[in-house]
Amino acid sequence: MSLDLKYTYTEKKDTRSGFGDGFLEAGRKNPNVVGLCADLIGSLKMGDFQKEFPERFFQTGIAEANMIGLAAGMALGGKIPFAGTFANFATGRVYDQIRQSVAYSDKNVKICASHAGLTLGEDGATHQILEDLGMMKMLPHMTVINPCDYNQTKAATLAIAEYEGPVYLRFGRPSWPIFTPANQKFEIGKAWKMIDGKDVTIFATGHLVWEAVVAEAMLREEDIHAEVINIHTIKPLDTEAILESVKKTGCAVSAEEHQLNGGLGDSIAQTLIRHNPAPLEYVGVNDSFGESGTPTQLLEKYGLNAENIVKAAKRALARK
Amino acid sequence: MKKQSLPELQKICSQLRRDVLRMVHAVQSGHPGAPLGCAEYFVALYFDQLNHNPDFQMNGKGEDLFFLSNGHLSAGWYSVLARSGYFPVAELKTFRKLNSRLQGHPATHEHLPGIRIASGSLGQGLSVALGVAQTKKLDKDSSLVHVLMGDGELQEGQVWEAAMYAAHYGMDNVIATVDYNGQQIDGPTVKIMDLKNLKAKWEAFGWEVIETKEGNDLAAVIAGLEKAKSLTGKGKPILNLLYTEMGYGVDFMVGTHKWHGSPPNDEQLALALGQLEETLGDY
Repeated sequence: MSLDLKYTYTEKKDTRSGFGDGFLEAGRKNPNVVGLCADLIGSLKMGDFQKEFPERFFQTGIAEANMIGLAAGMALGGKIPFAGTFANFATGRVYDQIRQSVAYSDKNVKICASHAGLTLGEDGATHQILEDLGMMKMLPHMTVINPCDYNQTKAATLAIAEYEGPVYLRFGRPSWPIFTPANQKFEIGKAWKMIDGKDVTIFATGHLVWEAVVAEAMLREEDIHAEVINIHTIKPLDTEAILESVKKTGCAVSAEEHQLNGGLGDSIAQTLIRHNPAPLEYVGVNDSFGESGTPTQLLEKYGLNAENIVKAAKRALARK
Repeated sequence: MKKQSLPELQKICSQLRRDVLRMVHAVQSGHPGAPLGCAEYFVALYFDQLNHNPDFQMNGKGEDLFFLSNGHLSAGWYSVLARSGYFPVAELKTFRKLNSRLQGHPATHEHLPGIRIASGSLGQGLSVALGVAQTKKLDKDSSLVHVLMGDGELQEGQVWEAAMYAAHYGMDNVIATVDYNGQQIDGPTVKIMDLKNLKAKWEAFGWEVIETKEGNDLAAVIAGLEKAKSLTGKGKPILNLLYTEMGYGVDFMVGTHKWHGSPPNDEQLALALGQLEETLGDY
């Protein structure tokens, strides 16, 4: 029996390609957009931009700390630098550089981070960063964005090119359903209610938005009507949308490809505890590193797929 | 800015040293040693070398720019910025105090004119300088970018990432100066982490290296910077090894790491100021 999904797809693609295509388009729109990459141009899908604008693209070699400093310097000189590497090397490895030269110095740098989370897959835990959203959201001045599919990632990339200020943009490697519209408007900091519901709210970000869409259909078969909200912007968090939804549903689930400590769920919990302490259940990685495997296997083993969202929703409902 | 004579510039050096000592003394915190050693460099840059505009613009288009990578020399930088018209000299008295634009280490957050990036956590300034220099190349802006690093700071790995980048991209509009005083906070660099042959290191990384052996002789510092300037535009980044003495200008502070991060007490301040003529009026 197939599920009655509210969103469907005909094509799958990686979100990093959405970034690459958005980056190229941003470069065509604005001559101040420049690119930097630390020896991962192919993986980041920055090659088309490099080919079209070779003089505006800087291969930095395997030297991420220098890349962040270069980007900060370019930003203060009036450029809009997009600095790309794997999420692991774009955050943990260069936290101090981002903190001092970008965030504290208020530089218009776009940190573009691919291969985030477990769905990086076979490369294993050394590369599967699950702490990046937490690190980035703690930095004052930093905007943190984690889009859900190819189309949303492309739209987000175009949006951050027009936004003045430091941004962390997180995307990934796996081929993933394209279930949101092409050429959508991307509003930084504005949550998107994708499915209306009354019993429980599922707040999802990144790849897990798709899992939330699947979970909603599964819950509906048991006459549980979940509201699905796509939190593409972790910071600034759309607390108004969160509170409005939970006021209606009375309980919630957060779903993210990230550690529970410091992730989206933590931000939502902060909001709820202050204004409406409703039951909240978490779907995320519980204080552990990942491992090698396929994305689907890993989401299952670490409890991050649609089935786990369904279970969490039921736990939340039981606590109402 | 009209160029001043050597004796006039010497007067500014003396005043800068007074400013630094009075600033760190007033809050009993800060780093007097290295800025005392770099007074000639700061004055040579801001009063002789840089084509700069104290009506501050962040993007620095068309101007020569300076970045202080070793941000703990902030007292010296603030003094030279104030003395060259970026902000009122009187504001030096707010150094390191609550609600001041003169943070312990340089910052842009409070919008102090002259500061384009925060520094303090070491090793980052060369990368930032190269980023701006790259922007200048893109914009066909022929002005230069200067950056000062400490010698101890060269122990940070990021510096060498940047060094490699600069040579690879032929960043010949950058003049990096190393404050080669041989001291760092825990002691002499040879004891803490020996830098060995710095000239050979930078040359091996593809830089054009000049040595300014008398880094506390104003004429020599200016000559060194002139020479560095003459080497720009030839496809290689320029490294200026500036041999200075930490604490220069005060007999009991010179040549030791003891004054790297320690302020003088009342008595020591009086003794030190007695050796430095008040030339432009204390703040």
